[in-house]
Amino acid sequence: MSGNDSAVNVLLWVAVPYAAIAVFVVGHYWRYRFDKFGWTTRSSQVYERRLLRWGSPLFHFGILAVFFGHVVGLLVPESWTAALGVSEGMYHAVAFSVGTLAGLAAVAGVAILVYRRRTVGSVFSATTRNDKAMYVLLAVTLLLGLGTTLYGTLSGHPHDYRQTVSPWLRSVLLLRPHAGLILGAPLGFRLHVLAACALFAYWPFSRLVHVFSAPVGYLTRPYIVYRSRDPRLSSSRAARRGWEKAS
Amino acid sequence: MRVMAQMAMVMNLDKCIGCHTCSVTCKQAWTNRTGVEYAWFNNVETRPGQGYPRRYEDQEAWRGGWTLNKRGRLALKGGGRVRKLLSIFSNPKLPLLEDYYEPWTYDYETLTSAPAQEHTPVARPKSAITGRDMKITWSANWDDNLGGSADHGERDVMLKGVEEKVKFEFEQTFMFYLPRICEHCLNPSCAASCPSGAIYKRSEDGIVLVDQDRCRGWRMCVSGCPYKKVYFNHRTGKAEKCTFCFPRIEVGMPTVCAETCVGRLRYIGLVLYDADRVLEAAATADEKDLYEAQRSVFLDPHDPAVAEAAQAAGIPRDWVLAAQRSPVYALINKYKVALPLHPEYRTMPMVWYIPPLSPVVDVVRESGFDAEDRGNLFAAIDALRIPVEYLAGFFSAGDPEPVRRVLQTLASMRSYMREINLGREADESIAAAAGMSGEQMYDMYRLLALAKYNERYVIPSAHAEQAHSLEELATQCSLEYEGGPGMGGSGAQAPPAVRDQRALRERQGASADSDAAPARVNLFAWDGRGRPQGMFPHRREPSAQEGSAHESSAHPGSAQGAGVGGAGVEGDGGAGGAR
Repeated sequence: MSGNDSAVNVLLWVAVPYAAIAVFVVGHYWRYRFDKFGWTTRSSQVYERRLLRWGSPLFHFGILAVFFGHVVGLLVPESWTAALGVSEGMYHAVAFSVGTLAGLAAVAGVAILVYRRRTVGSVFSATTRNDKAMYVLLAVTLLLGLGTTLYGTLSGHPHDYRQTVSPWLRSVLLLRPHAGLILGAPLGFRLHVLAACALFAYWPFSRLVHVFSAPVGYLTRPYIVYRSRDPRLSSSRAARRGWEKAS
Repeated sequence: MRVMAQMAMVMNLDKCIGCHTCSVTCKQAWTNRTGVEYAWFNNVETRPGQGYPRRYEDQEAWRGGWTLNKRGRLALKGGGRVRKLLSIFSNPKLPLLEDYYEPWTYDYETLTSAPAQEHTPVARPKSAITGRDMKITWSANWDDNLGGSADHGERDVMLKGVEEKVKFEFEQTFMFYLPRICEHCLNPSCAASCPSGAIYKRSEDGIVLVDQDRCRGWRMCVSGCPYKKVYFNHRTGKAEKCTFCFPRIEVGMPTVCAETCVGRLRYIGLVLYDADRVLEAAATADEKDLYEAQRSVFLDPHDPAVAEAAQAAGIPRDWVLAAQRSPVYALINKYKVALPLHPEYRTMPMVWYIPPLSPVVDVVRESGFDAEDRGNLFAAIDALRIPVEYLAGFFSAGDPEPVRRVLQTLASMRSYMREINLGREADESIAAAAGMSGEQMYDMYRLLALAKYNERYVIPSAHAEQAHSLEELATQCSLEYEGGPGMGGSGAQAPPAVRDQRALRERQGASADSDAAPARVNLFAWDGRGRPQGMFPHRREPSAQEGSAHESSAHPGSAQGAGVGGAGVEGDGGAGGAR
């Protein structure tokens, strides 16, 4: 353990991430177990199509690219890419250009979607407080990440997060938390991480759960699904307590 | 041959008076909730008209249903799996609320809370979506009875090709009502479009349902259904659709729309079909052959080989018997007067229609000729090409021949029955010309005109109970898991609605003095005859007038559900029957 293990550091970079991960995992289990009916995209497309047609694909494809970029950037150690002969400069150039494009697409998408939420009456009245909190967390996280990256690169001192944030995250995921590793990262990235923690902790309780329903099984399943009305097969959940069938 | 059973419906359009009772009762039963205010699992359209949602039949725009690809194989018209997933973030073909209509309510409160003023206060329409004041410009039946069709009648999709012949002039127009529910297709494109696999076809009775726990709100089913009979609940974010009132069907009761139909134009029954041949039939090259192709998929329940195969496929014996008595099978395959709605969508729809002869009859009658005369009607069917061609667009992919044949059959029936009703000798040549025996023609007339409740609705119940009792015989109730039907033993009572319906049926079928005393006072099923059983203590010495009617109540209360309504719908023992 390093000398940076002040109580605050341990709290922010060890306790908070683990709490967020725990809430994320347990929360999803809980939600799936007890609220399958609420597990949905809750699309608002029936109200409005013109803005959604641009905003939604922009955001979703953007954020998917951002996600895969994070997987590579955070989970693949710098030494591995170096062993493949990819220099830091090359890596950064590619990551920055592709990542910025994806990030900008996602931010533009969110902007269009928020504008749509605010200006289209029917969409606005279908927006819950939960949605608003989700939008704030999502937008803040996105902007912090994108903003810090842009600022670092444009100011000529790009930060190599693969020396700070990535090893820290891997230390957390490998259950050998090392708070000191992230302290070298600029404030923007640290705030980005904290915002992401808040977002992950909030995730299972928001409409974001639909991410885990990505219907990849559709590619392989037969077109028509037959199911028997055998209650053991046709009801995918047990009756809630207090809602059992009256006999 | 893989035999499957399908619960199906036929509607006789000649009898529909467009009263919307089916729509209203259906709405009260299923969609009187926030989020589906705009959804009508059952709706009645006036045709010519745009339908609901507007112009839903324009598949070049909506791309619902199936089509044949370049290799002649069946493919979703809206695109296959990869394309669906790539467009999942913004469904390109989703009808908006405005394509249905913006639902509204009224601020009734102002009627009572308005201050004293010169003018009568009014209840203003408020959008049920935004809560704001709104101008009502459309609804699910805005063009009812051709309302406004002088202005927008030509927007009816099915008028394409015959538009210059159809006049929306008051004197020359014709119309009919088209009640629509989910078609519970044999090859449902909504289910095929569902990325989550939440829409399924029940293997026992073919009813197509949305699993609300598995639906994730991707909305592809709404686009995929060419009849636009899957609705997106904008509050819960889940797809909803007509359920064929499966909780009622399971206990032998007809759907709400059929039960409440004023014109008694709906028939419900089983059809056995060969599941192995569905895709082959749906891929028939010429869409005009689809009607015959679908008919050929249906199996004759009287054929011993079919009955045997059905048994091998696990279809209970009483279901095969019900399929033999099915009015739907008779109308489709025996009398051949029912036609599928839009077979060209290749979904193999299972709610069929008897096309309306009445527009033709009306024209003949108004022109002063004998509208019961077969020759006049035949001539009118041929001369009035508009109804036939227009109807052909609905029921036979534009081929006028099946529609003409059905209308001629119906016209023949009118002539044939007139001879009988006037006490004359029946003219067997009429029946023969229609390819029927006189007896068959009379049977068809009976089914179309006189059939009672139990002939119109032949619904075998009790699949669960059968599985249960079979299991019970062998294993002493292996279903006794938590929440299972075996829980609490086999003597569990049927739900109150079922008990009421049975009691009502018994009362209707029984004479006043044969009532078995029910186990509890049931005012709901009381028909006003006599005294409700068990309401008052039994009178020891009944007066002479009342006689034996109340004598019977002296019998000790028989077990609940003991009376089996002899009326032909089996399974009266039901879930609750004392075994």
